[in-house]
Amino acid sequence: MHAIYEIVSGPMVWLAAIIFILGSLYRLIFMGRLAAKKDPMVFSYLSVYYSLRSIFHWIIPFASVNMRKHPIMTVVAFAFHICLFAVPIFLCAHIILINEAWQVKWWYLPNPIADVMTLIVIGACIFFLGRRLLLREVRYLTTFSDFLILAGVAAPFVTGFWSYHQYPGHETAAILHIISGEIILVMIPFTRLSHMLFFPFLRGYAGSEFGAVRNAVDW
Amino acid sequence: MKTPAEATDEQIIDRGIEDGAAKLTQDKVKRVVQKMLAAEGGARLKTYIETCAHCGLCSEACHFYISNDKDPAYSPAGKIKQTIGEIVKKRGNVSVDFIKTACEISFTECNLCRRCVMYCPFGIDAAYMMLFMRRICHKLGVVPQYIQDTAHSHSATLNQMWVKEDEWIDTLHWQEEEARDEIPGLRIPIEKEGADIFYSVIGPEPKFRAQLIYQAAVIMHAAGVDWTMPATPGWDNSDMCMYTGDVEMMARLKKVHFETAMRLKTKRIVMGECGHAFRSVHDVGNRYLGWKMAPLPVIHAIEFFYELLRDRKIRIKKKFQKPVTFHDPCNIVRGRGLHEKARYVIHQTCKAFIEMHPNREHNYCCSAGGGVINCGPPFRKKRVTGNRVKADQLEAVKAKGAEIVIAPCHNCHGGLEDIIKHYELGMELKFLGDIIYECMEKE
Repeated sequence: MHAIYEIVSGPMVWLAAIIFILGSLYRLIFMGRLAAKKDPMVFSYLSVYYSLRSIFHWIIPFASVNMRKHPIMTVVAFAFHICLFAVPIFLCAHIILINEAWQVKWWYLPNPIADVMTLIVIGACIFFLGRRLLLREVRYLTTFSDFLILAGVAAPFVTGFWSYHQYPGHETAAILHIISGEIILVMIPFTRLSHMLFFPFLRGYAGSEFGAVRNAVDW
Repeated sequence: MKTPAEATDEQIIDRGIEDGAAKLTQDKVKRVVQKMLAAEGGARLKTYIETCAHCGLCSEACHFYISNDKDPAYSPAGKIKQTIGEIVKKRGNVSVDFIKTACEISFTECNLCRRCVMYCPFGIDAAYMMLFMRRICHKLGVVPQYIQDTAHSHSATLNQMWVKEDEWIDTLHWQEEEARDEIPGLRIPIEKEGADIFYSVIGPEPKFRAQLIYQAAVIMHAAGVDWTMPATPGWDNSDMCMYTGDVEMMARLKKVHFETAMRLKTKRIVMGECGHAFRSVHDVGNRYLGWKMAPLPVIHAIEFFYELLRDRKIRIKKKFQKPVTFHDPCNIVRGRGLHEKARYVIHQTCKAFIEMHPNREHNYCCSAGGGVINCGPPFRKKRVTGNRVKADQLEAVKAKGAEIVIAPCHNCHGGLEDIIKHYELGMELKFLGDIIYECMEKE
């Protein structure tokens, strides 16, 4: 068990981080070059002001008409995304590990709060699963990969919660936690999770077309 | 997968689709699609497909989806899934029957109104995806017959309605003569070099609605505007080729339109009350010609009327008495933000104005735009029943007292006319020009 722990918490973290960073850079640069070659007009019409206007508008809860039409989805989606990023970055245990390795540390979330936020992520994943299974318009669009991605996102949080609370088998859970965290990092650039990378560019382009060319709002 | 024909309880046979598909083999489809994806399938197509989180939040933006009892096959993402999404996934390895269905969906179940772009958290442009699908259909020679005929007219005559050059000039003379009975000094100046305004219209105006040219001439005359219309092709600003995926022909049409305005050394183009034509001149055609924006200023009639009223160039004798409502056409509202200027014109000319809801950028499409009405009678029923939500919207505003629907767009007129008739709403349709003509001081 210890040997496995050494591997997954050592070289595999490095590997996952490198794949995540290089993969993301590759995807962004490749897409940027493809746009320059095949859709050069995208750059001609890109406006910094209208890009930012659109991006900021869409990261404020309930700012858009469609967000107000789906209040539960809006609350869940925002809570999910905030917790998804905040928990791993500001978790005390993660910061201790980083501090031990590199002697750097930053502000961390009190453990009970991180615990609740973890439950929010897991609950949101269940909510999204429910949408995929129960809502006709979502079920129609859902593919098998959507379930895999959802499971992939939920896994580090479920196992993290398990190991933090020292439930039976928590040592295995800790290893699974690290592995699933690494898997999700590797998945980001190469699956639909790449929406994390492309969000600002897609919104920026839509905002520029709507704002600068069409003199209209895009929300 | 639910096919569109099942959804309307009848089999729609379109000769353009059937005969085109009869000439195809699966192998040919694959070759053409792969060539298209390699040549034109760029970062937008790729990112849109890979980023879509399949969340379904675009669904309620679409009038087809709402009106077809929320059948997910009609949601924007659902339509992408059944067409270009599948094509990209299978790298073109799809059957001829698949192409027939994809053609019908992309040509007749999406108005390219871009309302869903405002509902997608990523701003994915479903209209772009549908146009990409249509372009593949165009390359494969599978296009609904009626709209293809219009595209043929464009390529043969440079106008939408097979209007010959002498018929065009004759129509202008005829309308001038008619108008001179009412206002003796009136002229429709043809080929006037150096005029301030190049006034262009769509093919159906000389063909079916010549009185609109008459009315425009009266407004120009009363406002003392220095204007002209050309005697040569280039007078028609419409563009169905933009909607059939024939972008080469679209660019040629826009080139002739711009060059005719420049040959006459006019200062700017004023376009009649048409939405899709405005989209093609302001937003799409210029891009294919390599102009970031149109090479000379282009304004839509709404903006022109707004200027005339703001500057007191025309005066209103007596405001229009019946209560009116306003339908915001997608191509000049989501496409140019002219909604407030249109309301200014209405407030200046009408006594009572009642808003329909939702309005402005969020208005529901007429279901005729994007070339859908141009696909002709085979698809009429589907188009009208596919926009029941518009009828509900109109009924609600009628209940508040509105009798007249103002729609400053030809396609909207066509679509709304069918909806008003089918749902027996008993409302009357008007252009802004109709209202101004009726209420203005003419001398």
